[in-house]
Amino acid sequence: MALALRTVDLVKVYPLRRGPAVQALRGVSVALESGQTLGIVGESGCGKSTLARLLVGLERPTSGTIELFGEAILPGRHRELARSVQLVFQDPYSSLDPRLTVETAIGEVLAVHGLAARGRQRESRIAELLGMVALARRFAAFYPHELSGGQAQRVAIARALAVEPRALVLDEPTSALDVSVRAEVINLLVRLQDELALSYVFISHDLATVRHVADVIDVMYLGHVVESGQYDDVLGAALHPYTRALAEAVPIPDPVREAKRRVQLAGEAVPTPGAQVVSSGCLYRPRCPLAEEVCRVDRPELVELRRGHFAACHVAARDASVPAANTT
Amino acid sequence: MLSLRDVRVGSRRRHGVREIVRGVDLDVMAGEKVGVVGESGSGKTLTMLSVLRLLPRPLEVLSGQIRFEDRTLNELDERGMESIRGAGVAMVYQDPMTSLNPLLRVRTQVVETLRSHGSSDAAARRRTREVLGQVGFVDPERVEAAFPHELSGGMVQRVMIAMAIATSPRLLVADEPTTALDVTIQQQILDLVDSLQARTSMSVVWVSHDLGVIARLVDRVFVMYAGRVVEHAPTVRLFAQPTHPYSKALLGSLPGPEVEHRARLTQIGGSPPDPTLLAPGCPFRARCPFAFDRCAEQEPPLFDRGDGSFAACWKEPSEWH
Repeated sequence: MALALRTVDLVKVYPLRRGPAVQALRGVSVALESGQTLGIVGESGCGKSTLARLLVGLERPTSGTIELFGEAILPGRHRELARSVQLVFQDPYSSLDPRLTVETAIGEVLAVHGLAARGRQRESRIAELLGMVALARRFAAFYPHELSGGQAQRVAIARALAVEPRALVLDEPTSALDVSVRAEVINLLVRLQDELALSYVFISHDLATVRHVADVIDVMYLGHVVESGQYDDVLGAALHPYTRALAEAVPIPDPVREAKRRVQLAGEAVPTPGAQVVSSGCLYRPRCPLAEEVCRVDRPELVELRRGHFAACHVAARDASVPAANTT
Repeated sequence: MLSLRDVRVGSRRRHGVREIVRGVDLDVMAGEKVGVVGESGSGKTLTMLSVLRLLPRPLEVLSGQIRFEDRTLNELDERGMESIRGAGVAMVYQDPMTSLNPLLRVRTQVVETLRSHGSSDAAARRRTREVLGQVGFVDPERVEAAFPHELSGGMVQRVMIAMAIATSPRLLVADEPTTALDVTIQQQILDLVDSLQARTSMSVVWVSHDLGVIARLVDRVFVMYAGRVVEHAPTVRLFAQPTHPYSKALLGSLPGPEVEHRARLTQIGGSPPDPTLLAPGCPFRARCPFAFDRCAEQEPPLFDRGDGSFAACWKEPSEWH
């Protein structure tokens, strides 16, 4: 299958006037197959939003490359990204101009890109886009404050679709919405993907939602991908201790199962929350309950430990190599 | 310990009143952990703010009774209220950045709070260091010396939680205190609340829209919708057998490992209503698959569904079709 998107060794450093520079991305390589969804999970400071901004051309990488549908995006050609990859933000109200009606907001995007710029053509294109996100034509005349959260997010999605992108980067697209309207937006995104053969990068801290929509999941920690694989491998049989810690920290909306799980987890070593940056060895080591001497000196690489399932962990690599040696 | 009877919150206008919280009954027993679940506009935050008389103007408690231990809070004067806040009832708000003074170091603010409750300076300083460690800071010394703007939102939120528990309140009211936090920090705070509660038999009211957190933490759940409690039940019972269509729909809409990958989730049509613009009848009826004539005419009261479960719905679950 063709690749929709690939990054090779993306680095993003933000220099500070005082003190050491912030390393938001420390060499991130991700790949998304056409028509599929790449889920990206991680906590604040892991670099997931920086990655989103680089992928849509809002910012440039310090080093490394981004390839879109097989073509490398060269320096100075980031505008091309804007057309084929669109970003949908977490909070629809802050991404929509409060002074513009839905029609003007979408019309502006069409005009900028020289698509269906005026008259009846424009009107019917806007109606078509609203139809795609299951909004009636009358919403064209609405201002953002007249829309509910779910409706506003659907408008933001319609606006992103206006330029006929081939991929969407969705940065926490349901997190700001009321719980009762989240399912509707998730259903909409899945349906649009099937209908329009879109590729998605779906960034979220909500593991249940990512597990539901993503084909492949990358787990990020302090600017690195620490685990990568099929959704059910990563969230069902995690290899990296950080992924396990994340999955265990998310409470399940089922008090009986949750209580059972708490009893099971009670004896286990709990990682320390709060990221601390260390200069050598594994970046997760200060929090890791499994850390060993090797983790202090040597930074683990992302390696394939099971078929299609990668992790950057010395301990996981050693544990995985034992059964593999037996079978050969 | 805490009891709310027919509490109504809103604003008085020239022509009558505008109600946002429309008659809430809520009880918290000593040592109990209670969850209040609801979406934006459901009135869950205003209900809890009314307990400590912290409603933003022009909102006020229009009627009803709020009792804490043996006192009626909405009849107390401001001095009486001061004696309740902190040592009796402590609250952690949703928006942490606005709750700390930006000009003062964290240490000064936490120590001040403790001193105003009668601690000596040395004891207050010791306690400050201790509670900052309890909320998961690996370097409490550095956090103490920081100004609020030098901390991330999650760090400020943890400082707020530390301040709330520092005075060992008998009731902790927390309004979405972990929503902005990373899940591993949230886990630590939930564990902390559990262990504090077990040690001190503090009561807890945890306001949240996150059903996972509710399932994890509380003994009993109140579900709010459009300014009223539409269901309350012991946690296990609510998740296993919801008796209000809204609770059932909410639980059914969540993705989880038992839901097939990428399969259509059960969605709830429409969006939560504005509680000040309600038509007569049940406020959920426009989104309810089981609504019938009566739902448009009369708002249902809470009916006893057995096993400690109460729901404001004209239909029993057996009649949902």
